[in-house]
Amino acid sequence: MPATISISQPQQRQFNPYSENGGTILAIAGADFSVIAGDTRQSEGYSIQTRYAPKVFQLTDKAVLAVNGFAADGNMFVKKVRQRLEWYRHAHAKDMPLRAIARLIQTMLYARRFFPFYVYNILGGIEEDGTGAVYSFDPVGSYEREACRAAGAAQSLVQPFLDNQIYFKNQTAAPGTSHPVHLPLSTVLSLVIDSFTSATERHIEVGDGLEMYVVLAKGSTAFQTLGGVRGIQELTATEDGEKVFIIRRELKKD
Amino acid sequence: MAEKGLPLPKATSTGTTIVGCLFKDGIVLGADTRATEGPIVADKNCEKIHYITESIRCCGAGTAADTEFTTALISSNMELHALSTGRKPRVVTAMTMLKQMLFRYQGHVGAALVLGGVDATGPHLFTIHPHGSTDKLPYVTMGSGSLAAMAVFESGWTANMERDAALNLVKAAISAGIFNDLGSGSNIDACIITASHTEMLRNVEMPNQRVTKERSYGFRRGTTAWKTESVRDLIVSEEMTWVGGDAMDTT
Repeated sequence: MPATISISQPQQRQFNPYSENGGTILAIAGADFSVIAGDTRQSEGYSIQTRYAPKVFQLTDKAVLAVNGFAADGNMFVKKVRQRLEWYRHAHAKDMPLRAIARLIQTMLYARRFFPFYVYNILGGIEEDGTGAVYSFDPVGSYEREACRAAGAAQSLVQPFLDNQIYFKNQTAAPGTSHPVHLPLSTVLSLVIDSFTSATERHIEVGDGLEMYVVLAKGSTAFQTLGGVRGIQELTATEDGEKVFIIRRELKKD
Repeated sequence: MAEKGLPLPKATSTGTTIVGCLFKDGIVLGADTRATEGPIVADKNCEKIHYITESIRCCGAGTAADTEFTTALISSNMELHALSTGRKPRVVTAMTMLKQMLFRYQGHVGAALVLGGVDATGPHLFTIHPHGSTDKLPYVTMGSGSLAAMAVFESGWTANMERDAALNLVKAAISAGIFNDLGSGSNIDACIITASHTEMLRNVEMPNQRVTKERSYGFRRGTTAWKTESVRDLIVSEEMTWVGGDAMDTT
């Protein structure tokens, strides 16, 4: 037996802790209301993991959070935000204001700068001054307040549609008129439904179900329009004055 | 080339569920109608059952252009073969031509096929993989929805099935792909081939019709902004020449 020298090459192994679970979320702010929506399909590759996995969560009576990206991180992140909001309630005997929740989320995301939560967050609700608001975040905490935002698999399909229909981009107003700054709730709900039915048509990871949360400011006039909405359900928990509703719709399942 | 930073262009792929099954009088082929480019639906109602000869058809999965062109080429060669031999061509002939071509291209022609038909020697059903290997089986599936569809065949297929039972089984197999595989979707195409007749059932089932929109998206005339306007007369110069002659008789 000749003496053998084993020349072992350096080996590298990798474990990827992240995955991408598809789906799309979007939020639109009105003058005194906010709509936050997401589809309910959760997928990995070409497989559907479940047809009902919520991506939109009620935090308080004035704040709703939509999370999209890696579902496990999303669920964990919502759990941790809710825990911080509960501690706030115990310390201050009131719900945390929306802009404070937005800043909290930034801090929580940046705390994981070098092992991020693989999620895009959209926070919608009512500010302390009673205006509808939408905050959108990147996975490491950069954020801004906007009037509308889409995120997730079909962001590239939905956001241009929203830019055109909400901000009236590439549309010149009729002579002597101007575009409205805020749209009524009925219009916003229709745009949200059309966004998701259209995204379902052209994106394979979008479908199955749609959940739309509506947050109304104290004494919002938009309350009347919600009366005729099919299958609406109220989720308001406090007597603060803000109201939260959920509207569910079916989407195509192929 | 891919390592040198020049990635190959992304091809339209028919994500696809395609199936075929043997029954008492012949072959039933089935396919979904979704074509994808990555996660985007490129075509909601494409045709994946291709014509080879009157009594031989071929379902294609994989790169759309490859399935289209290979089946068209082999169809052409089969017609010439039929003309030169003066006989109805056999399914094995098509299968051999397809596998020899695919093997020659060492898998670079990305066509995964289900070939079925009836000839003088009876009904035949084959799968042909992109590298050129083939299988001859009584029921077959291919594409990203092949596992979903095969699950249906494994629980429902029996020898010597009736025509309607076989068609229903094929519909169920394609449905399993449409609803459980994201690469497959939209409608069901089927094709029933018997010794005497071939019936192409385009969109036999349409279980995924588009829902009507909540709003209409018409735009007011003058919506699009413009910087300059120039109107040009298309008639540069006009000259009238009287030819003369008698006036037309209009009595």
